[in-house]
Amino acid sequence: MASASRPAAADNASTVPAIAVDGLHKRYGAIEVLKGIDFRAHEGEVISILGASGSGKSTFLRCLNLLELPSAGRLQIFGEQVDLRQSGDALHIGNRRQVDRLRTQVAMVFQNFCLWSHMTVLENLMEAPIHVQRRGRGEVREEAEAMLRRVGLIDRAKAYPAQLSGGQQQRAAIARALVMKPRGLLFDEPTSALDPELVGEVLKVMRDLAAEGRTMLIVTHEMAFARDVSSRIVFLEQGRIKAEGLPLDLFRGGVNERFDQFISRFNQA
Amino acid sequence: MLDWPFLTDVLGQLLSGLPLTLQLAALSLSIGFALAVFVAGAAGSAFAPLRWAAKAHVELFRGTPLLLQIFLIYYGLGQIAPLRHSALWPFLREPYWCAILALALNTSAYTAEIIRGAIQAVPAHEIEAGRACGMSGLLLRRRIIWPIALRQGLAVYGSEAILMIKATSLASIITLTELTGIAHKLISSTYRIFEIFIVTGAIYLALTFLMSAAFALLERQLQAHHAHRRA
Ligand SMILES: Nc1ncnc2c1ncn2[C@@H]1O[C@H](COP(=O)(O)OP(=O)(O)OP(=O)(O)O)[C@@H](O)[C@H]1O
Ligand SMILES: [Mg+2]
Repeated sequence: MASASRPAAADNASTVPAIAVDGLHKRYGAIEVLKGIDFRAHEGEVISILGASGSGKSTFLRCLNLLELPSAGRLQIFGEQVDLRQSGDALHIGNRRQVDRLRTQVAMVFQNFCLWSHMTVLENLMEAPIHVQRRGRGEVREEAEAMLRRVGLIDRAKAYPAQLSGGQQQRAAIARALVMKPRGLLFDEPTSALDPELVGEVLKVMRDLAAEGRTMLIVTHEMAFARDVSSRIVFLEQGRIKAEGLPLDLFRGGVNERFDQFISRFNQA
Repeated sequence: MLDWPFLTDVLGQLLSGLPLTLQLAALSLSIGFALAVFVAGAAGSAFAPLRWAAKAHVELFRGTPLLLQIFLIYYGLGQIAPLRHSALWPFLREPYWCAILALALNTSAYTAEIIRGAIQAVPAHEIEAGRACGMSGLLLRRRIIWPIALRQGLAVYGSEAILMIKATSLASIITLTELTGIAHKLISSTYRIFEIFIVTGAIYLALTFLMSAAFALLERQLQAHHAHRRA
């Protein structure tokens, strides 16, 4: 069902998926939050993950960079099998280093920015490239400044996060993710914590990134953005992918009843 | 009226005890801090007996009077025969080292709690951002958790350091001639309690004032990220 509506190009078997998930389950005690998710993201795709509150969107996204540990399933990032080992009825990380490295390849942007409060914006950007990726300070600094220029924050490079507006903080957080030169980007409701008038500036940065052909997975409640920018929509309901397809198809309606209901509820709200 | 010649004379004699006061404070604070790092580490350990030991350490040294701890260490340790014959005895029979040991143990209990609280107060989302950027283990602690905790705990630790400066005065009770010890001596030879204690108090006040100024300065350097909140 779901895979039938996937764009043909993405199904090309010769390309290794950027992210491949098979049979992903996540339980918190007795509650099963993700109930078997099979998912492929190909390089260059911009995928919006939609769904009602509590449907498991964040959990799913966080499983992809192992901020949440899946309870079962297999995960491949850019062709590399994530070393998850079975112990009892849970999985645990087999190779800490691999996880740390993969996390720099699929960088995460959080709802509440999560910049490090004790560092300036520029220091925030340079931190992981220097200390995790062990790149040279000079090169990283240039790269970081270029990123700040790009998100329009170069004049705030020496400011601390608490001195920035929410929109500025989120743009800095996106720049921080980009400086690691990740191959994929995960966004968990990047504009939900922002005042309405600040949403636009962040979405604009994300639009530009999408236009560059970056691989992006975006959990969002910005329906217009999802419709206009994504190459594919994934609709989660109660821990399962209930619909998947091109935004044009899905938003036109009539493809999936549950999705239509979700959208209509959304439009009323 | 004020007897200035006497006061300056007293001041001169009291100041000769200042180096000892400073030594007691500096050594016990540094040893106590190092110890506290271990205790706080043990308190956060996954190994339950370590946690219990840390908890016991904290409760024991916070829950009994410092004066009692000094007495116990100075008069009590000598009662333990194996200790008397150990390589440590040359140190432990000295009131100097007994005082430092007692002060260090005492401050380590409070400091461990300060460290634990400061680390717990590090916002979870900042730690998570570190993980999401590929940090873990020591790197995550060194670059994110500890620096933020330091900023959280600094002000409270400043108070602890000031308390310790004043606590060194208890060392006079086991014959050490630091500031308060000298004050006692001067009083027993002159009986001018009031003037001598006023001068002694003024010296402690100057010390603690310098200490809090140093901490305020350090805080200002480290808290640049909150500068706008003070404005
Ligand atoms: N640490 C946890 N322990 C127990 N239950 C959890 C935990 N984290 C999430 N859940 C539950 O898992 C379900 C899915 O949560 P998740 O955060 O993934 O939803 P979401 O789709 O991102 O929702 P929202 O749109 O509100 O962010 C919810 O019912 C939530 O209560
Ligand atoms: Mg969520």
